[in-house]
Amino acid sequence: MPAGSGMDRREFLAAAGTGSLVIAVGASGCSRVDEDLRGTARAKPTLTITPLAHVRLDDTGTVTIVCHRSEMGQGIRTTMAMVIADELEADWSRVVIEQAPGDEKTYGSQNTDGSTSIRDFLPQYRETGATVRLLLEAAAAQQWNVPIGEVEARFHEVVHRTTGKKVGYGELVAIAKDLPLPPKDQLTFKPPARFRYVGKEIPIVDLADMTTGRAVYGQDLRREGMKVAVIARPPVWGAKIASLDSGEAEKVPGVERIVRLPEATPPSGYQALGGVAVVAANTWAAIQGRKKLRIGWTPGLNGTYDSVDYRRELERTAQRSGKVVRAKGNVRAALGRANQRVEADYYIAHLVHAQMEPPAALAVFEGGRLEAWACTQNPQAARDTIAEVLKIPVEQVTTHVTLLGGGFGRKSKPDFIVEAALLAREVGAPVKVVWTREDDIQHGYYHTVAAQHLEAGLDPEGKVTGWLHRSVLPSIGATFAPNVREQGDFEAGMGLTDFPFAAGAYRAEVGPAPAHTRIGWYRSVINIPHAFAIGSFVDELAHAAGRDPRDFLLDLLGAVRLVDPAKEGAAGKPWNYGRTFEEHPIDIARYRQVVELAAAKAGWGEALPEGHGRGISVHRSFLTYVAAVVQVAVKPDDSLTIPQVDVAVDAGFVAHPERARAQMEGAAIMGLGNALYGEITFKDGRVVQSNFGDYRVMRMNAAPRAIHVHLLPSDKPPGGIGEPGVPPIAPALANAIFAATGRRIRRLPIGGQLAPATA
Amino acid sequence: MTKLRVNGVERTFEGDPAMPLLWYLRDELGLTGTKFGCGIAACGACTVHVNGEAQRACVTPVSTLEGKNVVTIEGLSETGDHPVQRAWRDANVPQCGYCQSGQIMQAAAFLAKTPHPTDEQIDQAMAGNICRCGTYVRIRAAIHAAAKGS
Repeated sequence: MPAGSGMDRREFLAAAGTGSLVIAVGASGCSRVDEDLRGTARAKPTLTITPLAHVRLDDTGTVTIVCHRSEMGQGIRTTMAMVIADELEADWSRVVIEQAPGDEKTYGSQNTDGSTSIRDFLPQYRETGATVRLLLEAAAAQQWNVPIGEVEARFHEVVHRTTGKKVGYGELVAIAKDLPLPPKDQLTFKPPARFRYVGKEIPIVDLADMTTGRAVYGQDLRREGMKVAVIARPPVWGAKIASLDSGEAEKVPGVERIVRLPEATPPSGYQALGGVAVVAANTWAAIQGRKKLRIGWTPGLNGTYDSVDYRRELERTAQRSGKVVRAKGNVRAALGRANQRVEADYYIAHLVHAQMEPPAALAVFEGGRLEAWACTQNPQAARDTIAEVLKIPVEQVTTHVTLLGGGFGRKSKPDFIVEAALLAREVGAPVKVVWTREDDIQHGYYHTVAAQHLEAGLDPEGKVTGWLHRSVLPSIGATFAPNVREQGDFEAGMGLTDFPFAAGAYRAEVGPAPAHTRIGWYRSVINIPHAFAIGSFVDELAHAAGRDPRDFLLDLLGAVRLVDPAKEGAAGKPWNYGRTFEEHPIDIARYRQVVELAAAKAGWGEALPEGHGRGISVHRSFLTYVAAVVQVAVKPDDSLTIPQVDVAVDAGFVAHPERARAQMEGAAIMGLGNALYGEITFKDGRVVQSNFGDYRVMRMNAAPRAIHVHLLPSDKPPGGIGEPGVPPIAPALANAIFAATGRRIRRLPIGGQLAPATA
Repeated sequence: MTKLRVNGVERTFEGDPAMPLLWYLRDELGLTGTKFGCGIAACGACTVHVNGEAQRACVTPVSTLEGKNVVTIEGLSETGDHPVQRAWRDANVPQCGYCQSGQIMQAAAFLAKTPHPTDEQIDQAMAGNICRCGTYVRIRAAIHAAAKGS
């Protein structure tokens, strides 16, 4: 391999007979050890990212692109392939997508979360396409015995410019497969004006299957001789089986086996939860059998977890000083001197993902090898965990990825795949583990629950002179390590240490909050509580100062500048979504632009009918800036509708703007649903809610009639798309309700808070 | 024993009379386009047509379908080009796609009876079908487009 080459390796597909060109490209220059999103608490805290995008070209001209990311609605199977195909000058109709199994060595990180696919891999995808294009040009030049400068790849052919001769990509494979890989510095990239697919409205590759019922998700997996298992899991995290009577269950026609699963021990990590599996000939029999199990549980330490009590505990903690994560200036003094002092406390309940497809996985154990298929965001973690639990070498575990019927972070956790693996080995037949909706709601990895206390001071001109933010919430870290009692750097980095405002003195503190259930990441993660508190408090301050909320927000953002948390008092190593602040600074100009754009498009300041109100909020997360204006209409009977939402987005360079808009539309719906209804509560350690009847999500009849997404064109490095649309929605909604009714929402979900006090 | 017709094919069911149509379709007939979302008729992912009416397969025992005509997403049109399916593709409705079989079946049955719906009628007809990806604005647009096209 030539010095300076960006290629890590190349393979030849001997099995292809006539010979294929297989390119596995990794940009060694871009390889890096990324900090783990989950912070330092996890057992295996680092991941080496050596992204390898695979392209295979055969002599028929078919280009196969291996997608190493999981498809859960974000469109990545389409977008990543579009980028490669574009640089490759490929004919899109001759591109086939293949899904990669879990294999970090070959494919780099496949953990599809953190809104990372494009922001981490865009340059590698382009290099992959450009490398194959250059190889094909070199092959044509060799075939025609002309200088490479005279040939050009153009839409699945290489053209000789002077004679107009053409040769198809497929015909060049025989030569191209034996050529040396071009060094990275010889690669050329298409100027954006010549993009065929990138930036264009390309329908997703799974569109036809998804509209005809042919798309295969984890729940749809089938295999000859397959058994279906449903599991009675401990109703309290850490509960143990005290007694089991499975006699009646065994009598249910179709039930074949009752299997006790190993008990899980804290910290949870990705372990299977344990419990009792009912293995049956079909799903219905398994569900019926489970109903007949008689299990006595010893609830254990978490058996007293109670959401009412826990809320009081968090709120008490938020009244006390905590560990300082960022401090600039003297907040106490600033607040003491203030002309007006404003305080507010915010609370936000646990959420559960409730993606439309409950988790499901199929596993087969044969000859010491375990093969699994699942709707997983993280096939590598599934593979590693299965190898660990079954005590077999990781090379003997294969994890295949189906389409995901939604993920939102739930399906990054492979506990359900581990269940299938354990049962497949025990039963000696293919086993599909099916989670019911009740299982999904009651055995999730819950979005944290948070109490926050904010204080600020205003000077006589209504300018903020000091800002205190205390955040108390159980940490995701507690799911992966013992004795984690307060949020980690990556959590504080989602709203506290990355605080952008020119608020004078600033202090952010975190308080202890032991976890009593599995806390997990949920789309947008800790940005949800932090953005709600900050975005609401900005609006409260605007009203206290007698200012228009948009104008006040812009003034609080202050002058155009770059904010570096490390230079503004952040403790330790402030989180920036795995990137440096040099590469992705906190850029006030970008905040201001999205605020101004959202407000202008929403008609901010224009008169509204009686009972209507607009609210605005802005938040940067996953390196993307999003401002939202929500309009509400509250009727005299306190029923609320949402006529319009405007979202302005600066995500840097966007590869697939149409899918980006779709993500923002969906994020607005999810953000509104979270705020209006989203609430998981615990009583005696058990989740109270069980299905969509009591865990409400947004439906068509409550959804906004119009969601307008305004994408700012940009050539800056890409930020995330999947998650950043959610955080500003809840505060914008709460602020709109205040504008419409004068009632301030400080607790989510809103639930019945708008109902008249004297009913 | 229950005799019914599924996507035009005569079927005889001899299993547990309480078994919901959903599991008969998915586990026994291999028609996995009809999705499992909640099991209690709260999400609409399992919507099929029974004698032309939208019905939740997850709470419909197979034994109640004697002589009935069941159509699933796989049988809605021979080539996947029912006006609702076309409208769904034109509007790029699906994100993850999991709920869309049910959404399409619900919309198709609704439009057959209400060929030119208002927004309010769409709200009412589609409120039982959850989409967690939040594609509602596009579903609404696609229903209007299908209504115009038909």
